[in-house]
Amino acid sequence: MKALRRYIDHIKPHFKKGGKFGKLQSTFEAFETFLFVPDKVTTSGTHIRDAIDMKRAMALVVIALIPALLFGMWNTGYQHFLAAGEARTFWQIFAFGLFKVFPILVVSYVTGLAIEFAFAQIRGHEVNEGFLVTGFLIPLIVPADIPLWMVAVATAFAVIIGKEVFGGSGMNILNPALTARAFLFFAYPSEMSGDLVWISGLKKGLAPDGFTGETILAQAAAGKTAFVNGLNELYTTRDMFLGTIPGSIGETSTLAILIGALILVYTGIGSWKIMLSVFTGGLFMGLILNLFAVNPYMELPAWEHLLLGGFAFGAVFMATDPVTASQTEKGKYIYGFLIGVLAILIRVLNPAYPEGVMLAILLMNVFAPLIDHYVVGANIRRRLKRAGFNAQSVKR
Amino acid sequence: MSDREPLFSSKNLKLLREPLNKSNPITVQVLGICSALAVTVKLKPSVVMAVSVIAVLSVSNVVISVLRKHIPPRIRIIVQLVVIATMVILVDEILKAFAYDVSKQLSVFVGLIITNCIIMGRLEAFALANKPWPSFLDGIGNAAGYGLILIIVAFFREFLGSGTIWGYPVMEKIGIYKLGYTDNGLMILPPMALITVGIIIWIQRGKNRDLIETH
Repeated sequence: MKALRRYIDHIKPHFKKGGKFGKLQSTFEAFETFLFVPDKVTTSGTHIRDAIDMKRAMALVVIALIPALLFGMWNTGYQHFLAAGEARTFWQIFAFGLFKVFPILVVSYVTGLAIEFAFAQIRGHEVNEGFLVTGFLIPLIVPADIPLWMVAVATAFAVIIGKEVFGGSGMNILNPALTARAFLFFAYPSEMSGDLVWISGLKKGLAPDGFTGETILAQAAAGKTAFVNGLNELYTTRDMFLGTIPGSIGETSTLAILIGALILVYTGIGSWKIMLSVFTGGLFMGLILNLFAVNPYMELPAWEHLLLGGFAFGAVFMATDPVTASQTEKGKYIYGFLIGVLAILIRVLNPAYPEGVMLAILLMNVFAPLIDHYVVGANIRRRLKRAGFNAQSVKR
Repeated sequence: MSDREPLFSSKNLKLLREPLNKSNPITVQVLGICSALAVTVKLKPSVVMAVSVIAVLSVSNVVISVLRKHIPPRIRIIVQLVVIATMVILVDEILKAFAYDVSKQLSVFVGLIITNCIIMGRLEAFALANKPWPSFLDGIGNAAGYGLILIIVAFFREFLGSGTIWGYPVMEKIGIYKLGYTDNGLMILPPMALITVGIIIWIQRGKNRDLIETH
């Protein structure tokens, strides 16, 4: 450690303004603060500083995502060998998934970070930390067989159009990872939807005829009441909760996501208010649809909706993005609740989108500033009233 | 009239040149966005659209400019509409007669040139206050500026969305599909036209910093 610190201090002058590599200052700074907590302190006034800076906060989110990633790797292999009808050991299954998922992760990080660093150099500001999480999220919300160049294109689109045009991390309106997914979903529908993409190898004719790799939601949308896997075995609630079902890499296991949620809530990084209200909203809308059910999809028990598709993943990791979510405490409840409601609404009532969570969160991302605006306004009015002013007569 | 200015004085040329860049109707004046989203899926209809708008705008500009002293201000909008509508019907009929395929592709959008905000905007802002010749140049300049953006957007949308340029299957000839390349379906959808226009605006503002609005 000491040697590393000494080495960094030794090369530091070269990266200062006017130094040999003065242009690369922001890159240097990014690596330095990645390795060591910065020791900069304010020189005037009293400040209380938390030891956790942005990079550490982001690293904690990544840690929270690891259970979902590991399970996703295993499930990728598990679904593959299930479809192929081969029995393998745990480690063989995991290794298959690892070789499928790891390249996606690498491509996502390399593309995104390259663009982030390039923009930081051009604009002369620090490298944003936000991509540490975005780059980890993107592989978790795509099918395992997605071509790598598509991941690269989508990541580039998300970082440039979703984030950098607005001024980088912290200024973006839409969640970048979901922007990448939405891009893929609309640009390359043949790789992102249908029966063949959710299980690795299915497209290349891995499984015998008659084997279908439909997700449970697709089966529900098709009007089925009993959900079966490709071998015609019934899915149990346990399967849905543990996540041994076809789907995007990291979204299937509600259990792994809940572990991540616990980490986020315990460390105070993810807002439990948003998570809770997303689930409440989903449950609420599910119950309403159950009441007026006219087809099997609308009859799907409300609580089962919460286990299926990307609902839990979206609620825990996407909706809670501190940049794009509502900032006010009351706003968080409204924002989350509407995400839940819209997600189930889109999912059930629009057969073209069996997965509505992505669109619901993106839509509410756009509305989050408006919600905040009115929550803040209401608070000002309430306090004015308490102080005895007539709210109308006071100009804001 | 001894101080007649020459037909192509620098002031008049400016009317032609400025809308192509510094006061582009789409990227700077933010007019005519709607049709830019609708017709730019393929290059061919976009070019036809651009030519149609040039014809409609330049002629209506001249007509309104000639009439400018005789139009009662209170009914000027309806007079402008009648002039534009006449021109649009003419263009529509010509397209139907000589370019039926493209006319079918553009379908309702030729008729919708009437509501294209660029045309009304230029009549109001320029033709009503200027002589016929400068109005004519202004019409051509603005319609060309509009057409330029249309063609740039359509080029990228057709190339990336359908893999063709002017209907010629470029991507297929290169043989890139065999490598696993797929056309980008999002490019065909209207949002991508908006994003492409946005990128053009970004590049233009990046090059010409005077255009950056501050507020």
